[in-house]
Amino acid sequence: MSNNSLIKEISEVGFICTDLNLYLDTHPQDMAARSDYNFFAGQLRALKDRYNMECGPLENFGNAINKDRWQWNDSPWPWE
Amino acid sequence: MWIYEKRLIYPVNIEKPNIYMAKLLLAQYGGPNSELSAGVNYLNQRYSMPNDVVKAILTDIGTEELAHWEMLGTMIRQCLRGASMQEIKQSGLSEWYVSHRCGTFPSSQSGEPWTAAYTGCTGDPVADLTNDLAAEQQARATYEGLIRVSDDPTVTDPLEFLREREIVHFQRFGEALDIVQSDLKSNDNRNCN
Repeated sequence: MSNNSLIKEISEVGFICTDLNLYLDTHPQDMAARSDYNFFAGQLRALKDRYNMECGPLENFGNAINKDRWQWNDSPWPWE
Repeated sequence: MWIYEKRLIYPVNIEKPNIYMAKLLLAQYGGPNSELSAGVNYLNQRYSMPNDVVKAILTDIGTEELAHWEMLGTMIRQCLRGASMQEIKQSGLSEWYVSHRCGTFPSSQSGEPWTAAYTGCTGDPVADLTNDLAAEQQARATYEGLIRVSDDPTVTDPLEFLREREIVHFQRFGEALDIVQSDLKSNDNRNCN
């Protein structure tokens, strides 16, 4: 998968996780929602790990490695 | 603490320069109902909340607001991209240019610098959550103003996403307020510091 389509998937699954996270904060007893959250959180982690390996570090502060050279500085940055 | 993900929380792909909108988008970058106000407001209030639900929701929504603030900065920069000096002068951005060139600066669309006065924290959970409910509606209304004025669908699209998130946040804060109020009824813990 290309950078862009992986980022798109990360954005979509990430959004599900974010929205479910907020819901669960005020509905902590909702077991079905928690099960969904955990499922999508697993998917998100796998997608991010793939991105970090194939496209370069998505995350900093030790959450991704920079294998052959320091890639974190690379453009484009998200606002570009 | 916060870590950073090198992506926008929602895509921004503004097709052509739009200096007119760049100026107006400052409303949500550094104005009273901006994402910056929301983020700082919630992340600050959470320290004096007595209930875990509220600490969590203020932390999480506050974090999301910072990601939205990043979107606004991005939108302003993309709207200014490639602007000529003539376009800048004709769009009434000369005063801005002198102080900031094509940089961003947290202020309202009419030039008032952002201030903590746009946030509030009484330390009382009911007052603060009520303030937050109002803040979300004000942000929603401001987004509607921007959407109505926008003449560019690539600008309007992220604005509509941001508007919808304000509605969801309003819902969550309502739930948090209910939880705090039923907690107060059952515990009578009016000795919170």
